[in-house]
Amino acid sequence: MEVSRDMAEKILEVDDLKINFNTYNGSVQAIRDVSFDLYKGETLAIVGESGSGKSVTTRSLMGLLAKNARVEKGSITFKGEEIIGKSETQMQKIRGSEIAMIFQDPMTSLDPTMKIGQQIAEPLIKHQHYSKKKAWDKALEMMKLVGIPNASAHINDYPHQFSGGMRQRIVIAIALIDNPEILIADEPTTALDVTIQAQILHLMKDIQEQSGSSIIFITHDLGVVAGMADRVAVMYAGEIIEIGKVDEVFNFPQHPYTWGLLNSMPTTKTERGKLEVIPGTPPDLLNPPVGDAFAARNHYAIAADEKVKPPFFKLSQTHYAATWLLDERAPEVEPPLEVQKRWARFQAEHPEADRSKAVAVENAAVLGNGGGK
Amino acid sequence: MFKYIIKRLAIIVLTLVLIISATFFLMKLMPGSPLANAERLSASQQKMIEAQYGLDKPVIVQYVTYLWDALHFDFGVSFQFANQEVSTLVAQRLGPSAQLGLQALVFGLIAGTGLGAAAAVRRNTKTDTFLSVLAVLGISIPSFVFAALLQYWIGLKLGWLPIAGWKGFAATVLPTIALGMSPLATSARFIRTEMVDVLGSDYIELARAKGLSKNEIIWKHALRNSLIPLVTLIGPMAVNLLTGSIVVENIFSIPGIGSQFVDSILTNDYQIIMGTTIVYSMMLMVVLLLTDILYGIIDPRIRLAE
Amino acid sequence: MSEKVNLTADDFQLLPADRQTDSDKILKPSVSFLKDAWRRLKKNKGAFISLWVLVFVFVVAFASTPIANSKVTARQDVTVQNLPARLPGVLGDIPGFTGEGKLDGTKVDQYESAGVSDKKNYWFGTDQFGRDIFKRVLYGTRISLEVALIATLMDLVFGVTYGIISGWRGGKTDIVMQRIIEIVSSIPNLVVFVLLILVMKPGMLSISLGIALTSWTSMARLVRAQVLTAKEQDYILAARTLGSSTWRIGLRHLVPNLSSTIIVQLMFTIPSAIFFEALLSFIGLGIPVPMASLGTLLNDGQKAMQFYPYQLVIPAVILGIIMIAFNLLGDGLRDAFDPRTKD
Repeated sequence: MEVSRDMAEKILEVDDLKINFNTYNGSVQAIRDVSFDLYKGETLAIVGESGSGKSVTTRSLMGLLAKNARVEKGSITFKGEEIIGKSETQMQKIRGSEIAMIFQDPMTSLDPTMKIGQQIAEPLIKHQHYSKKKAWDKALEMMKLVGIPNASAHINDYPHQFSGGMRQRIVIAIALIDNPEILIADEPTTALDVTIQAQILHLMKDIQEQSGSSIIFITHDLGVVAGMADRVAVMYAGEIIEIGKVDEVFNFPQHPYTWGLLNSMPTTKTERGKLEVIPGTPPDLLNPPVGDAFAARNHYAIAADEKVKPPFFKLSQTHYAATWLLDERAPEVEPPLEVQKRWARFQAEHPEADRSKAVAVENAAVLGNGGGK
Repeated sequence: MFKYIIKRLAIIVLTLVLIISATFFLMKLMPGSPLANAERLSASQQKMIEAQYGLDKPVIVQYVTYLWDALHFDFGVSFQFANQEVSTLVAQRLGPSAQLGLQALVFGLIAGTGLGAAAAVRRNTKTDTFLSVLAVLGISIPSFVFAALLQYWIGLKLGWLPIAGWKGFAATVLPTIALGMSPLATSARFIRTEMVDVLGSDYIELARAKGLSKNEIIWKHALRNSLIPLVTLIGPMAVNLLTGSIVVENIFSIPGIGSQFVDSILTNDYQIIMGTTIVYSMMLMVVLLLTDILYGIIDPRIRLAE
Repeated sequence: MSEKVNLTADDFQLLPADRQTDSDKILKPSVSFLKDAWRRLKKNKGAFISLWVLVFVFVVAFASTPIANSKVTARQDVTVQNLPARLPGVLGDIPGFTGEGKLDGTKVDQYESAGVSDKKNYWFGTDQFGRDIFKRVLYGTRISLEVALIATLMDLVFGVTYGIISGWRGGKTDIVMQRIIEIVSSIPNLVVFVLLILVMKPGMLSISLGIALTSWTSMARLVRAQVLTAKEQDYILAARTLGSSTWRIGLRHLVPNLSSTIIVQLMFTIPSAIFFEALLSFIGLGIPVPMASLGTLLNDGQKAMQFYPYQLVIPAVILGIIMIAFNLLGDGLRDAFDPRTKD
C-alpha cells in the first residue's frame, strides 16, 4: 500500500526525542535525538541491532518505559496531542485501545493461568465497558479473524494448549480487538519458525488492509521489512541514521551501516560460504562516542566521523541519511559490490537520484511538514 | 491423576509401616519395664499385667499384632491412664490441635500473601525494607520464643488477651499468632520473590499494554500467578507448624495432642508416644498429598497435562 | 551549520582500515570468583554485619570457657536469688540494667536489700538459685553452638557424600537413593528426635545426631541436583573423555563447584540445629543438667516470667540475634555466590 506523504493524515510525530536510563553505573543514553513520523494506514519499519534503541522508542510511545527511564527532551504527538507528560490514567486510556502492541515472544506474553477468551476480551471490557458476554462474542470473532481453527472450541483453553504460531495469533487478536489506530509490532516473528513467520506477516498485512491502522514494525531482520513496510528507519546506537521509503533505503542506501546490514543479508544469490558480517560490537551508550557512533566499526570512516556528529543529508523528499560521506568535501568511496548493484538498478529507474546533490538539513526536516518548526 | 494418587497412597502406607516398625522396635529396646511403678509390683502381678497387655507373647507376634492394629488406628491401651484407649485419648485431643494448626496456617498465609504482595509492588521502598525485616524476624525467631514473649507482653503485662487455656476465641489469638509467624514470614518472602518475577514477566507487560491499571494487573494477573506456586509450600509449612505446635500448646496449656505428647514423653507412656507419633506422621503425609493434588487442580498447566 | 565550519579538508580523509578501535575491549576487570563473591557480600550490609556479629558471638562464647563452664554456672548462692540485671558505671543507667526491681509498686535497689556490695554486678541478673545468668548465657550459647556444629558436621559428611554418590552414579542407584530420601523426609522431625532421645540418653551427641538425621536429606538433594548439572558440563565431560579417574574428577572439579551450594546450605542448617536444640531443651528433652543451653535457659526463664521477665527476655534476645544473623548471612552468601545477581 503506497501512501503519499502529502495526502495522508499524519497520526504520530516523534520530535527530537532523547531518553536516558539512570543505572547504577551512570546514565545510559538509550535514545538520542530521534525524530520520525507515521501516517494513517502506513507501515514504518524500524530496523537495528539489539540495543539500538528501537524497543525503547516504541515503549515510550505507550508510556511503558521502565521506572529508571527519563525523557530528557523532545515530544511525541499522537493525533495532535502531546503524549509525554500525560498521567498514567490518561495513558491507560490510550494503551490497548488507540495504540496496541504485539510482543516478541508469544510463549511468554500470555498469562498462563487465564483462559484465552478472557485475555482477548480484556481490552474491550476495560475500554468499551462491554459485558463479559458481549466481549467474549467479539473475542470469538477476533479468533476467527486471526485464523485460529475451530475457535469456539478453544476459547476456554489456556495458552499452553496452543503452539507458538497460534499464540502469536492470539496476541495479535488481543492487540487488534479494540481497533487501534497504531499497532506496534516488536519483533513479532523473531521467536517463530520461518514458515510460521510468513503466515503471521501475511496475517498482519491482511488485517491492516481491512482496518486501515498504521503499523510500527520493529525488527533486526531486513529481510522481513521488504515485503512488509512502506518506509524504513535504520537505528544505530540510539539514533536514526537513515530513513526513507523501502525502495530508497534498500536500493539507494547511503549510510555505511545500512550498507553493512544489506550486505550481511543472505539472498538466493549469496555465494556459498560467503556471508558478510559487520565486525565489532555497538558502542557503550554510557559514554556514546562523539561524531558518528558507527565510526569505530566503519570500514569507510573518515576523520570527521570521529569529531562531529553528521547531520541528515536530504536525498529526496522522503529519504535522509546521516553520514559525512554525503558531504561535498568527502572522498568518493566504493560501497560493497552488492550495494553498487542496487544503486545501478535504482538509478536506472529513478534518473533524478543523485548522491552529489544531497544537502545537509536540520534534524526536524525528517518530519513530514518540511521541518517548518 | 488417579494413578498418581494411588501410587502416592501406596508410598504413604509403606512409609507408615516403616515408621510403625521403627517405633515398635525402638520401644522394645527401651531399658526397663514399660509399666509405671514396676518396682513396686510383685512378680506375679507383673506377669498378670504383662499378659493383659500381651507383653508375654514373642516379640514377633507382638509386632505383627501392633502393626495390624495400628494400621486400623488402634494403638492399644495407655499405660498411664489405665483402660483408656490410646486412639480415644488422641482423638479427644485432636480438635484443639487441628484448630490451632489450621488457624495459624490460614492467618499466616493470608497475612503473608498480603504483606509479600505489598512489598513486591512497593519494591525498594521503605515499606519493602520494613517488610523484609519483619520476614527475617519471622523466619529466624522460633515460634516458642514468640509464644513466650507474646504471653508475657500481651497477656501478662498488658492483660489484653488470656495467657493460657482454650476457652473461647480470645484464648486462641496469642497461640495462633505465635505459631502463625513462621508461615507468615515464609509466605511473605515467597510471594514477594514470586511476584517480583511475575511483575517483570512478558504477560504483565502485555497486560499493561492492554491499558489495565496497576490494581487490575495485580488482582487479575499478578496475584493469581504468584499464589499458585505458594501451594507447594503448604506441605513444608505444615511440618513446621506441627513441630511448633507441640511447644506452643505446652506454653499456653492448650489441651491438644502436642501437650499430651510431651506429657507422655515425660511420664514414659510409650503407648501414647507410639500412637501420637504414628498419627502425626499420617497427618503430615496426608497434608502433603492433599497439597499436591490441590496444586494439580488449580494450576491449569498441570491440570490439563494429565 | 556551525559544526561544519570546524571541519577542515583533512577531516574528510578516509581513516586507515587497521586503526585501533576500542569497541572490542572488555570493560570490566576480571576478578576471581571468591573475590567477587566477597565484594558482593560486603555490599550487603545486613549480611556483613551478621558475619561480624557471629564472629563476635563465637569468640565470646568459646573464649569465655574458663569463667563460664558447667562448674561455675552450676554454683548456687541463695543469698543472691533473682537479682535483676545491673551493668557497671554509666551503663547502669540503661533502663532494665539498673539493678532495681519493683516491690509493691515502689522501686527498690535489690542489690542493696540482698546485701551485695556495690562493686559486684550481675550483668544479666541472677536466677532463682542465685546463679549468674550472664555466665549461664555464655555457657548456654557455647553448648548450643557446639551442638549445632557437631550436627552440621555430621550433616555435611553424610548429606554431601550421599548426594554426590546419588548424582554421580545416576541410573538405578540414583532412583533407589532418591526413594529412600523421600520416605525419610516424610517422617516428622520431632518423631525422629523423640525416638532417638528415648533410646539414647539425652545429651549433646544424641541431640546432634537427631538434628543431623533430620536435616541431611535437604543437603543430599541439593548436592545431587548440583552434581547432576555439573556432570553435563563440558569440562567434566572433557575430563572423563581424557580418562581421568572418577575420584580425581570429583575432587578436582566438583568440590569447588559444589562448595558455594554447600556453604549456603550450611548457613541454614546451623540455625535450624540451634532451633531444634532449643526446642528440645525447652520441652525438657534436651541438654541434661548440670549442662545448660539457650533452650534450657528459655525454659527456666519462661517459668519465672511472671515476676522476673528478664530471665526470659535475655536468652530469647540472644537466641533471636544468633538466628537472625545466621539467616541474614545465609541469604547474603546465597546472593553473593549467585552470578545472576551480578550488577
